[in-house]
Order: sequence, then structure tokens, then C-alpha cells
Amino acid sequence: MTTLKIRHLTKLFGGVRAVDDVSFSVRSGEFLALIGPNGAGKSTCFNMINGQLAPNAGDIRFSGRSIVGLPPRAIFRMGVGRTFQIAATFASMTVLENVQMGLISHAAQLFGLWRPARVLHREPAIELLRQVGMADAADRACRELAYGDVKRVELAIALANAPRLLLMDEPTAGMAPRERNDLIALVKQLVVERNMAVLFTEHSMDVVFAHADRVIVLARGKLIADGAVAAIRDDPQVQEVYFGTGKTFSRRTAGHQAPRPCTDQSSPSPP
Amino acid sequence: MDAFLFQALNGFASASGLFFVGAGLSLIFGVSRIVNSAHGSLYMLGLYFAWTISQYMGGALGFWGGIVLAAMAVAGLGALIEVSLLRRIYHVPQLFQLLATFGLMLVINDVALGLWGAEDLLGPRAPGLSGFVTIFGRRLPQYDLFLIVVGPLVLVALHLLLARSRFGRLIRAATQDREMLGALGVNQALLFTAVFALGSFLAGLGGALQLAREPASLSLDLAVISEAFVVVVIGGMGSITGAFVAAVLIAQIKALCIAIGVVSIGELTINFSQLTLVAEFVVMAAVLVVRPYGLFGRPQGAVRSAGDAADMPLRPAGRPLLVAATALALALLSLPLLEARFPYALIVGTDVLIAVVFATSLHFIMGPGGMHSFGHAAYFGLGAYGAALAVKWLALPLGAALLCAPLAALAGALLFGWFAVRLSGIYLAMLTLAFAQIVWSIAFQWEEVTGGSNGLLGIWPPSPFDNRAAYYLLTLAVAVVAVIVLRRLLFAPFGYALRAGRDSPLRAGAIGIDVRRMQWLGFALSGLVCGLAGGLFVFAKGSISPEAIGVGRSIDGIVMVLLGGIQSLIGPIVGAGVYSLLQDMVMRQTDYWRALLGGVILLIVLLFPGGIAGALARWTQTPAGASR
Repeated sequence: MTTLKIRHLTKLFGGVRAVDDVSFSVRSGEFLALIGPNGAGKSTCFNMINGQLAPNAGDIRFSGRSIVGLPPRAIFRMGVGRTFQIAATFASMTVLENVQMGLISHAAQLFGLWRPARVLHREPAIELLRQVGMADAADRACRELAYGDVKRVELAIALANAPRLLLMDEPTAGMAPRERNDLIALVKQLVVERNMAVLFTEHSMDVVFAHADRVIVLARGKLIADGAVAAIRDDPQVQEVYFGTGKTFSRRTAGHQAPRPCTDQSSPSPP
Repeated sequence: MDAFLFQALNGFASASGLFFVGAGLSLIFGVSRIVNSAHGSLYMLGLYFAWTISQYMGGALGFWGGIVLAAMAVAGLGALIEVSLLRRIYHVPQLFQLLATFGLMLVINDVALGLWGAEDLLGPRAPGLSGFVTIFGRRLPQYDLFLIVVGPLVLVALHLLLARSRFGRLIRAATQDREMLGALGVNQALLFTAVFALGSFLAGLGGALQLAREPASLSLDLAVISEAFVVVVIGGMGSITGAFVAAVLIAQIKALCIAIGVVSIGELTINFSQLTLVAEFVVMAAVLVVRPYGLFGRPQGAVRSAGDAADMPLRPAGRPLLVAATALALALLSLPLLEARFPYALIVGTDVLIAVVFATSLHFIMGPGGMHSFGHAAYFGLGAYGAALAVKWLALPLGAALLCAPLAALAGALLFGWFAVRLSGIYLAMLTLAFAQIVWSIAFQWEEVTGGSNGLLGIWPPSPFDNRAAYYLLTLAVAVVAVIVLRRLLFAPFGYALRAGRDSPLRAGAIGIDVRRMQWLGFALSGLVCGLAGGLFVFAKGSISPEAIGVGRSIDGIVMVLLGGIQSLIGPIVGAGVYSLLQDMVMRQTDYWRALLGGVILLIVLLFPGGIAGALARWTQTPAGASR
């Protein structure tokens, strides 16, 4: 079943075609990687799907309904979760409260004026934190966490509305290689268990090639490839975008000792 | 028709002075991101300096030379202020900067009081330009014509300076990205000082040029700075052209109001010449709603270094806090027993409690809500006048009148809040200030209903609350309930959602929170409780007048919140207590209370940005969260 269907999506910033006539779909239970060099338009795509930006042209359908022009909060209500390239959490709350906020909102209790928020949805919140490996830090202030941990908390928040589509913009930025693999493996497991559709961007090719079901490639706003991992790895156009001509990705089993062509780009400093 | 054209000329003449102040303010903001509340004081000092020089030297040289020398003296003073004060506060949150320069304004006002006295000082006629020209059948002073020409001349000169000179290029670069400029090896400290001196020069010149037009007066600083705020906000922060256009626009609208005069529509008689104050703030509100960054402004580049220190998580009250709160409540409850010994105690006690309600309601939107309101007096005033009018015109009993207070404030907060939550940061502060000024001017100018500047008198609580002790206890009960309810709201999902919107609007939106609606509701609830404080105030004092709901009240509230510590929930209570005690016991004893208040403000900003609660928390070595 197609969860997300994107047709001819276009976004202009002044004269720059940041996203140029892009079409693709994500099925439920599919783990789809969106890759491309810096400035390819990946985050712009995410921001249009999640409602932070309005596209200039094209259509975005979630479960058959057009969500173009809807604000992020309405898209959340339809069952879309999101993590950001630079993690966005509530710094003045504890880790647990951050996740509770997602659950409170999902349960439409935001306008509660009397019962303390901290007693609401404690158990499910702790369970979500346990899944991302942050249960031990539940009572710490979110602002005190290391950046990699903040990203994990953000994932737990994004799962709070039991999303049918999860958008993850560089979920592993700021993590050590080992942590990356673990986190993506965890998400992969959720994809299978919940039959959830996940669209994610990732600079680490070994992570992508080891876990993604399918890969789409953006370059300068255009979709240049869409296919299974092996096909993408061998695609000359993709190789050219990443390396110029003449080089190829390693053919050794991905996820182990493959060279990591782009890992060094993927660690933006924490905000 | 001639009357309108003549008033339009008048408008152009007044626009010049406004433009000078606005341009200076805008320049300084563009480069240093400081909103200099003391800019009106520099204008005022320019006028006082020019007056003094013209008195000593006399003649044409004394007049014209005095104007130039005064402007240069103000520039020098500006440089001194920049080096000694502003350099210490570039890194603190914008709210603190605004407050610090406001404190400076208070200090300067008292210095001027000491130097020149409280009487208005009228300057000489302008030598060589003392005559009149007849235009549109009326006599226009030659000096006004001169001012009409000077404004555009300075605009052109500033433009040339910014467009052609190296100094101007640096200013423009700093306006766009000052960190980048610093990284390129430009001596920022020198640049900032020079820009502040230039801005001060313009303000001083604007003031000095009024020498032949209006008397030097101590009320000029506040009057000018509120107008200058309106000008730069309408024109767009950082835009010189915007300042000019806005100054002309404002001056013309005022001139138009004066030219229209009294208009009768059926039963209703409106005197437009009394609506000048309201008119300019209405224009500002309208512009901000349509163009949130002003006519010529652009969204400010993010300032990477500054930023509000994030709060720590809320913790439910622990045993020490509960014990302390109970002890405090008991102590307050037993205060009437002291009445025989200290008859004044109950008056002070009532004042403190009202201040606590006021400050707690302000903290609600400033702290957790992240909306820095500079016009909380509006809701205090709406509550006060709501209760007073309910008694005067509807003859309602105390209970019903005290109910009218929060309802009137709620109505105002819903209306103003709808606009306010569409802005943020400095623009939000200015807009809330504008709304408060509108409420103030209505109270001041709608004499038939509000009693004008005298206000409404003789509104005392009826029996059984007609004695101090009983009314004190009523106030105590209301205050305790208000504080507990607001605290409870902050621990409830709504309070969390409010903080969520402040911490990260991006994340809040992505998990389904309608940030604006939360802010709007927060604004409304805060206004509601604030109105209650206003209602209590009326019956405590037996009267209400515009003086009690002016800018001073809003600033008092901010000082209380910051003095107590904005990041702590008990902060506003501590701050309100300490501040109003200080006000009642110390400031009433001296003519120089402004300087004292200014000094307190500067002390907070420079030494205790965390406020008393923050300092206590640090001092007791507990994490900041534990003392809440």
C-alpha cells in the first residue's frame, strides 16, 4: 500500500530550483533512503512533506489525501512523525517530559488546565525511551544531553503518535559509527514491527546500503536514481555525483569494512 | 482645505526631530542590536545643552553654535555610555538590554533634574529666522520652514555616508552580519562606539534643533522615546529611509487629526485633535500586523552569540518550599494583629500582594510563554477601570465589580493578544507597549467616561471590607488563589505546551501543537489575572487615574519579574515583594527615586541576571530547579 506519494514536487528559492520536479512514493513497511550531496534538496523535500515549507508546484499525498498547504501540526495529526537535521527538542524539559508532550498532544490533551502533565502517559513514554535506549536518562534535563542522545530522544518523540510515516532527516548525525548502525537497525526493526513507512536521509553510505530497502538519489534538486541498493551502488550517474567519474563504491559487504566516502560530512556540530 | 495644507507643513516640521531620533535609534539597532531606550534622554539632553550654551554665549553664535556644540557633546556622552555600559551587555538577552537602557534613562532624568531643575526652560528665538511667512492664509514660523528643509538634507547626508564612505560600508556590513565582519578582522569595538556616537549625535541634534520651538522639559525623554519606537518599528528596524518615511507618516497623521478637529456624527462627538496619541499607535499596530518587520525592514539576521539562557525543568514543590510557603501564608495572615503598632503595615501589605498578582501574571507570559510584554499595564488598567466604572456607572456591589475587572482585562487581552502573538522579540515588546499606550490615552482623553487625568475617585470597598484589615485579608485570599492557579496551569499540559512553543516552535509544530493559539490563550489568562490585580488596586486606593496605568507600571512589572528571577516560578513573588517594599519604604522618601530605580535595574542586569531567586539557588549550591 502506498503511504506517501509525491508527484512533480518543485520548490524555488528565488531563481534556485531547490527541488525540481521530483516524484517518488513510499509504501508502508518500506525503509526508503533519500541520499544526495549537500545542497541536493533533501531537507527541502522533508520540509515540504512535513508542512514547514509550501511547494511551488506538485502534489504530496499521504494515505491518498493531499497534504499540500497543511501546517505541520495537521500533518502530525494525520500520522506523520518527524526528526530534524538539527535536533529539535524542548530544552527546558526532562527527557521523559519531552516524550510525554508528544503523547499528550496525540491524546488531544494539550488544553488540560489542571492535572499535572508529568503524571500523564508516563508508562508509554518510558517504554518509547526504552526502545531508543534512553530510559535511564528519563529524568535528566534535555539540555544536558550529548547531541547523539538528543537525537535519540527526538526519535522517541517522533514515535509518540504511532506514525504511519516517519521522516528522519539525518537521524544519526553526531553519533559514533557503532551508534549509527544500532539506531538505524532499531528503526528498521520498527518498520517491520509496525509496518511503518520511513523516509530518511543519511550521509553514511554503509549504513544506507546495509539497511535501506530502496534508495532514491537527489542531485541539484533533481531525482537522478530510484531503485534497490545494488542498482544504486552501480549506477554510473550516482557515482559521478558523489565522486566524479572513475571511482566506484566498494563492492564488499556494506556495513562492515566498506570505505565511508561521506561519513566525515555527516557530523554537523551540535547547535 | 488651506487648514489641512497648513497643518501638513507643520507636520513636516515636526517630522524632522522625530526622524533624527528614529534614524539614530535605527542605526544603533542595526549594528549593535541594542534597542536604546535612553535615546529619548539623549534628545532631551541635546535640548538642555543647547539651552545652556545659548544662555552663556548669547546671540546668533550662541544659538547656532550652541546647537552644533550640544549635538557634539551628546555624541561624546553617547560614546562614553557605549564604552562604560553597553559593552558589558552586548551578550545578554535583548530584554535585559532594553531594560538596562531604560534604567539609564531614569538615571539621566534625575541628573537633568539636579542640573536644570524641574521647571521647563524656554529657549530664545532663532536669530535670523525669527519671523513668519504667510502660507495658506496663515503665519508659519520661518524656523519651521528651516526644519522642513533640514530633515531631508540630513537624510541625504546619511545616505551618502552609508553608501559612499568606508565607515558606511562597515555599518551596512555589520547590519547584515556582524559576526562575519568581526571574523574579517574589523575592530568591532571601535565601530560600535562610533556608531553609537553617531546615533547619539543625531538624537542630540534633533533635540537641540527644537531650541526655538519647544521648551526643554524633563518629560521629553519618555515622550520622545515612545514616538521614536513607533517610528523605527513602522519604518523597520535598521532602515534610515524607513525612519524618515515613518516620521513623516506619523507627523502627518497627527497633523491631520489636529486639522480635522471636532467632528459630530449624530449624537457622537469626536475630538480628533485629542486622538493624536491613539492614532499613531493604531497606525503602528496596523503596520506591524501587515508587515511584521516594518515598512522597510527585513527579518533580522540571527544573532548567533546572544540567546536566552534556557530554563531548567520544572520540579513540583518540595518539602522546603511547601514549609516556607505555609509559614509565609501564616505570617501574612497574622499581619492584621500588628495594625495597632504599625498602622502602615496593612497598606504596604496590600500593595505588596497586588504587586505579587501583577508580577506573577506578567511572568506567566514572559517566562514560560517567552513573550516579553512591555505593556502589561494595559490589562492592569483595563481591570482597574473596569471595576471602577462598574461601581461608578452601574453601581455594582464589590463582588460583581471585582468580577468585572478580570473580564474587562480578558476582553482586552484577547483582542491585543491576537495581534501580539503574530510577532516575537523586540517587535512584540513594541507592539504590547503600543497597546498599553492606547489604553492609557483612552483613559486619559475620554474625559466624560474616565474622568480624564483626574481619574475616578471615591471608590472604596463597602462593608464588611471597609476597614484595612478586612480588605487586606480579601486581597490576601485573592492573591493566594491567583498564584496557586497560575502555578497549577504551568504544571498542567497547557503550561507545558506554552513552554514547548517557546523552547522550540519547530518541534512544537511537528508534534501537533498550535503554538500561536497556546500563546494567545496564555496571553488571555495572564491578562485576566492581571485585571484582577487592577481591580484590587482600585478599592485599595479608592481611586484610579491614568498615572497609575502608564508605562511606569509596565516597567515596574518587568523589574519585579527580573529582580526575582525570570527562570524561577517563585521569582515574581520574591521580586514583587522586594521591589514594592523598596518602593514604599525608600523611593517615596526621595525626589531622586528614578535614579535609585535606574540604579537597581542596572545592578540587576550587570550583576544578577538570574535575579534574587537565581542568586539564592546558586548560593545554596542546589541545582536551580530544586528551589522552585
